Amino acid sequence: MDTTQILTAFLSVGLIGAVLGAVLAYASKVFHVAVDPKVEKIGEILPQANCGACGYPGCSGYADAVVSKGAAINLCSPGGQGVVDQIAEIMGVTAAASEPMVAYCACSGSKANAKDRFEYYGPKSCASAVFVSGGHKACDYGCLGFADCVEACPFDAMGMGDDGLPYVIDDKCVGCGACVRACPKGIMKMMPKGATVYLSCSSKAKGKEVTDACTVGCIGCKICSLPKTTPSGAIKMEGDLPVVNYSIEDTLTGAKFKCPKGCFIDKADKNKTAEQIASEKEAFKAEEAKASEAAKKAALEKAAAAKAAQENAQ
Amino acid sequence: MDFSHLVVIAVSSIFINNFVLGRFLGICPFVGVSKKLDSAVGMGMAVIFVMTLASIVTYTIQKFILDPYDIQYLQTIAFILVIASLVQFIEMFMKKNMPSLYSALGIFLPLITTNCAVLGVAILNIDSTWADGTKYNFIESAWNGFTGGVGFTVALVLMAGIRERLELADIPESMKGLPIAFVTSALIAMAFLGFSGMSIM
Repeated sequence: MDTTQILTAFLSVGLIGAVLGAVLAYASKVFHVAVDPKVEKIGEILPQANCGACGYPGCSGYADAVVSKGAAINLCSPGGQGVVDQIAEIMGVTAAASEPMVAYCACSGSKANAKDRFEYYGPKSCASAVFVSGGHKACDYGCLGFADCVEACPFDAMGMGDDGLPYVIDDKCVGCGACVRACPKGIMKMMPKGATVYLSCSSKAKGKEVTDACTVGCIGCKICSLPKTTPSGAIKMEGDLPVVNYSIEDTLTGAKFKCPKGCFIDKADKNKTAEQIASEKEAFKAEEAKASEAAKKAALEKAAAAKAAQENAQ
Repeated sequence: MDFSHLVVIAVSSIFINNFVLGRFLGICPFVGVSKKLDSAVGMGMAVIFVMTLASIVTYTIQKFILDPYDIQYLQTIAFILVIASLVQFIEMFMKKNMPSLYSALGIFLPLITTNCAVLGVAILNIDSTWADGTKYNFIESAWNGFTGGVGFTVALVLMAGIRERLELADIPESMKGLPIAFVTSALIAMAFLGFSGMSIM
């Protein structure tokens, strides 16, 4: 091994490297693409969860859309109000509030409550189970229980209960809606974080069909939507299923206690004892009885007054 | 130039000596990017693109720098250097002039820099000989790079198609994910071994 060989190797590779380096350095100038610094700044603020709640492919896609396509700045649901404010500062616009949402499962058809049509032995995924004549649940709107929603959750905010229904951990849920998109039955829905009462059934079927398939399904009796039950009008019937309009503020206690099937579930009930719930129900009933008595009395008085007025006129 | 040579090269590098399933080169992207069909196709296209260009450039380097100065022993390091800068250059070029292609291939390009299938095709272009002792010429080298990339894409897309279905299959917990992917790729490789009965080289 003589030194010339080492020198040749050193020089030739060094030369090739130097030439290529120079070409690349020049190319980086020639092919330079100006990236708006705002895109980078917004990209840094976003949570980088790449959950797709905003409707754009990933956080970088949303950052680009905000700057170059004028996308709304309050679409990042995981980031919450903090991120919206920061983006607003960068873009120089005023922020519109983004209401924090959480997901909930609008089905109570657990193994004990709902019947199966047949036994299903296929792949353990709701997406494939739904292809076998709409799933094995007797109810067409029932949860299939293979946890596609739990798997879709990028924040570990969901789990599968022993009853075969998914549950949402509200403190971890950021409202990205990944579970809503993953559910082939459309059972996963969103509600404001502040509200506690939700309708835990999605069945649009008639009463007889529902009771045949499930003991806790909504039979479409319309009691919850009556003005007597929900004076604020927050619950409206859409066909045989009530829909809660969360933009109207209401505690929904009337619907919760009057639903004959107990379809309205109050999240706050989880932290109460059975006695507390029972006493609340008693209080509600007593108050209602009082109110109806008062209404009756008022009606009687009114009738009497009308009669008196008539007599006076004569 | 013999047209039949090109056909032989195509059949050879797509089926018989498939880069992944026959030569076992480029296993990392084969396992890593075969989870979804979409990204597998994207990666495949990027590999075809880079392997063709790398074949052309490394063949030129070999013929005009390494051979004349008798420094063939620097082949490996020179080729790595050239391929890495080539990929960098292509990335910059595409970012400026073909933004749509860049966003489609963009994330896969840097992955290819260290893909051994690319270095493999460059070295095989130089080393392979025909039955009469002649070596690949320029066009044959470029064609070998292109069809090698096609072979890689075929393997990757096959694998991705199978793995998408495997996701839903009811397999034991400990075999889920990578283990079953390795078993699957072994079975595909054994199936591809059947092609080696066709000795046309």
